[in-house]
Amino acid sequence: MTTLQTVFSKARAENRAALVGYLPAGFPTKEGAVAAATAMVEAGCDVIEIGLPYSDPLMDGPTIQDAVHRSLSNGTRIADVMRTVEGVAATGAATLVMTYWNPIDRYGAGRFARDLANAGGVGTITPDLTPEESAVWLQESKDAGIDTVFLVAPSSTEDRIGKVAKICTGFVYAASLMGVTGARESVGSAAEGLVARTRRHTSLPVCVGLGVGTGAQAAEVAAYADGVIVGSAFIRRLLDAPDEASGLASVRELGAELAAGVRR
Amino acid sequence: MSLTEGPILTAADLAGNGVYGDDPDGHGKFGVFGGRFVPEALIPALDEVAAEYEKAKNDEEFLREFDHLLRTYAGRPTTLTEVPRFAAHAGGARIVLKREDLTHTGAHKINNVLGQALLTRRLGKTRVIAETGAGQHGVATATAAALLGLECVIYMGAVDCERQALNVARMKLLGATVVPVTNGSQTLKDAINEAFRDWVTNVDRTHYLFGTVAGPHPFPEIVRDFARIIGVEARRQIVELTGRLPDAVCAAVGGGSNAIGIFHAFIGDEGVRLHGYEAAGRGLETGEHALTLTAGSVGVLHGARTYVLQDEEGQTIESHSISAGLDYPGVGPEHAWLKDSGRAVYEGVSDAEAMEAFALLARTEGIIPAIESSHALAGALRLGRELGPEATILVNLSGRGDKDMGTAMKYFDL
Repeated sequence: MTTLQTVFSKARAENRAALVGYLPAGFPTKEGAVAAATAMVEAGCDVIEIGLPYSDPLMDGPTIQDAVHRSLSNGTRIADVMRTVEGVAATGAATLVMTYWNPIDRYGAGRFARDLANAGGVGTITPDLTPEESAVWLQESKDAGIDTVFLVAPSSTEDRIGKVAKICTGFVYAASLMGVTGARESVGSAAEGLVARTRRHTSLPVCVGLGVGTGAQAAEVAAYADGVIVGSAFIRRLLDAPDEASGLASVRELGAELAAGVRR
Repeated sequence: MSLTEGPILTAADLAGNGVYGDDPDGHGKFGVFGGRFVPEALIPALDEVAAEYEKAKNDEEFLREFDHLLRTYAGRPTTLTEVPRFAAHAGGARIVLKREDLTHTGAHKINNVLGQALLTRRLGKTRVIAETGAGQHGVATATAAALLGLECVIYMGAVDCERQALNVARMKLLGATVVPVTNGSQTLKDAINEAFRDWVTNVDRTHYLFGTVAGPHPFPEIVRDFARIIGVEARRQIVELTGRLPDAVCAAVGGGSNAIGIFHAFIGDEGVRLHGYEAAGRGLETGEHALTLTAGSVGVLHGARTYVLQDEEGQTIESHSISAGLDYPGVGPEHAWLKDSGRAVYEGVSDAEAMEAFALLARTEGIIPAIESSHALAGALRLGRELGPEATILVNLSGRGDKDMGTAMKYFDL
């Protein structure tokens, strides 16, 4: 199993940022998700975040909403998420689950953490779990030996950044802009400052997500962050493809462009 | 003091009675319920709203202005109306209605909206957004925005836009932009998701004028406090009318703002039973209902821990009710807490029972209630038969039924 620590040391040794790709489980199909994530890894993604599809994704933009809706329509369950993690982890990429809190809460925090660890997952990203509500999850994750990644945002005060950074392991997720997920024309100007502010509170790697979708943007972010996170742009490639084979080819193409970007 | 003299609202009225189940704790919790489950990006905005509200509720100037608007604009205090011909169908118990339907815009929502619109101005923000189900909160928000010169965007499920077309037109006439939400179940819960997405994007100049006692802290507390006036007035009025406290207080529960609004002033009165009525829709066994407290389980939805209609993996189950305002798979955390503590009792009322009460009140008393409020009326009929002729039941008639005429025409083939 490749850990996040291994990924970031390797990237640092190569004097580049890590590339992190996001894809919801069950999209475009249950098997198709593993194939697409594998293509992302082969094209150069170091870390894969598998999204747990949730009925009320209130921080996601239209692209991820669309993919998640399709996934839920495909009947994706938490067992499928775990199977997807298993399939993706087998490629050698460090594999995380990104999920809203309620599915973990309902499934049982301890059970979820253990099942994820058993599937070869290295941790979770929980965008709506605040430090105030995180105690149970931190303990269960620690017991299962998985990392806990939380988000900071441009609006975060020093106090909040400190609180969030303190409970992160693996890396800190810096949201580049105020808004929902989705590719943008430009990466928020607040991102660089936020990364700098976050570094004052932690020695963990800081990765930037939200709005990154091209090689040029990846290069721009890689200049100041330890990792570049791309989700909606990959999903868009799959949504726009006429069939699965061309979708995978398109994902590989974008992955290669982004992988070159983080190495520029 | 007569209700028409002096201030109708004091700091004590707003801040609660301090007797039982009062303010949430430092993390916005009512027992284990409530809190904040939101993206970190929104925490500073929630902190800002909470801090400004703390200042506002102790500021004489704010209270005076709110009081003035409630009196001269919303039409408070609203009266009580005793309904003996309707009550004859409830085993002869006395039934008294709190007439929130007589407020400006036709529903209790105006109380919260005026308070939060004033708060928006104090926050220095120029734009308000809101979700709406039946359209009443949307209309009220559009109204307050017009009054205070705020830009206004309302998110409304596409299904609700259709069944509440009249309210969509009202909002547009009032100068609001109405955005139909076409994802998910296309009802209130999806409108709330969409409003949160707008808020996180435009939070620097926007206040999310939340319409019910759900959502992340501090919304459950703020909305409750601004709706509290319903119960504060009703408690004084019913003692004036009957010489004593009522035996029971009934209200419909969707998100729960009208119910908390009338319950809260009575929470410390141990002899007063508090009854909330949720939408049983087509019946529990059909799965097409909004019985969040009655048949749901504890989870997290829209930023708070509360009762939720969800499957065993935490996916929200779509609710159903003939009334758009009760068609919501979550509920305010304070209701969750009142339920678990046993202080309030929650039961279901089906579409059919609600429509029967709707028609009965119209026919016997000349009052056309909102279908939401009709759930409380149906509950009062049931409760009256149980409590007997000596009982007095106070019902929150939270809104008027004009907006529901399309539904009624179809339902009764009028």
